[in-house]
Amino acid sequence: MAKVVAVTGNEACANALRQVNPDVCGVYPITPQTDMMQKYASFVSNGKVDTEIILVESEHSSMSACIGAAAAGGRVVTATSSQGLALMWEMLHIASGDRLPIIMPVVNRALSAPLNIHGDHSDAMGARDTGWIQLWSENAQDAYDNTIQAFRIGEHMDIRLPVMVCLDGFIISHSIERMEYLEDEEVKGFVGEYKNFLPLLDLDKPKSYGPLILPDLFHEYKKAQHETMLKVKDVVLKVAADFEKLSGRKYGLFESYRLDDADIALVILNSAAGTSKDIVDGFRARGIKAGLLKPRLFRPFPYEEVAEALGNTKAVCVMDRSDSFGGYGPVFMEISSALYPLKERPVLINRIYGLGGRDYLPEHGEAVLNELDEIAKGGKVEKYKEYIGVRE
Amino acid sequence: MKLKGWKDLTPGSVILEGGNAVQFKTGSWRAFRPVWKEENCIHCLFCWIYCPDMAVNVKDGKMMDFNYDYCKGCGICALECPGKKGQTAIEMVEEGK
Repeated sequence: MAKVVAVTGNEACANALRQVNPDVCGVYPITPQTDMMQKYASFVSNGKVDTEIILVESEHSSMSACIGAAAAGGRVVTATSSQGLALMWEMLHIASGDRLPIIMPVVNRALSAPLNIHGDHSDAMGARDTGWIQLWSENAQDAYDNTIQAFRIGEHMDIRLPVMVCLDGFIISHSIERMEYLEDEEVKGFVGEYKNFLPLLDLDKPKSYGPLILPDLFHEYKKAQHETMLKVKDVVLKVAADFEKLSGRKYGLFESYRLDDADIALVILNSAAGTSKDIVDGFRARGIKAGLLKPRLFRPFPYEEVAEALGNTKAVCVMDRSDSFGGYGPVFMEISSALYPLKERPVLINRIYGLGGRDYLPEHGEAVLNELDEIAKGGKVEKYKEYIGVRE
Repeated sequence: MKLKGWKDLTPGSVILEGGNAVQFKTGSWRAFRPVWKEENCIHCLFCWIYCPDMAVNVKDGKMMDFNYDYCKGCGICALECPGKKGQTAIEMVEEGK
């Protein structure tokens, strides 16, 4: 039986972690994630979970502690944001290279400088090449559901990779929403007992983690890691199917919203997708065939499926809440790569919005859809990449 | 030895056997070799204690000789050697000389 609650995104994720009751949790505060680990620490203090909390002196140490605990054979979690994720950077590669299924909610926040604590996707996009699986979440319900599913995905015996669950800083992490919790027993049953894989603390079978691998083998290890990533899509879909049976909520590799017969479409991640669906409805009401694609699994990226979903549109705008300065936005690059193999493909433009917590307003999305409508009717593309909602 | 393909590797480059450092012979790294002068050795075994690898062979509490398969020539043994009456029992000699 589901329980309907009104909670913040941080609280929802903390509760998902409580229901899983992992063995070890590395904790270091950083806005806007602090609230989540604070909540979790209170679960530990109040005896709601028997997790060992490791208070560390930095996020670099936090991820290092998690790597050690996961290699030892524990089910391990942590959470971070922004500069914290950036400070973890070298350890992120080690977690994935060592094939340790650490689960980490990432409350998306801008990166300094200038210093800013508000939501954009620069942090997680900067970590997209670290070998972690990335799930993105529109709202608190998504974040909660993705956190629970992340355990089954990362810990799958064919996968054994760490997973980031991304949710928008403040917009989702600190806003109270109506959502549904599963029962504790349902989550425990869904996630299951943690299964060890090559645990370091198996003293009868001594082993070493993190050896030096020279040019005679390194290339092969990376190929093996790449091949493992290719298996993730199927596992994500299988876990989503099981989760739907449990919760009634459907998840895929991405969400297609009114996309089947769409002429124009937005591709947009996380919380802004909610606002954009409303805008799409407005255009549909005026007889314009607008649609939306919201990526969920960003790493590994489901290229073929995205190409199929967007292939019949005439014009698409990829909305990026982070920038690769001097390049296109990171989501644009993926969509562009996905569509290239098609013989006939939509015109593709890239708009950068909402950096450092700048509000994404309905008029921003409306202006973009109007522009796409013009392009779909044969209009000229003025600029392929441009910032929107910005003062001159 | 035939090198492994990507399908044959342990996930996460984990090494599944213990005590396998013996298979990795590091003696070729050496630029200076320690030479043992038995006549000056008091068998205090400082060389054996301080050796960061396993390059000092000891039997029945006595220094026997160096195992050059694992000696990287770091010189710690020579530095720590008290010798006999001010005469060192370990001298570092440049390789190739």
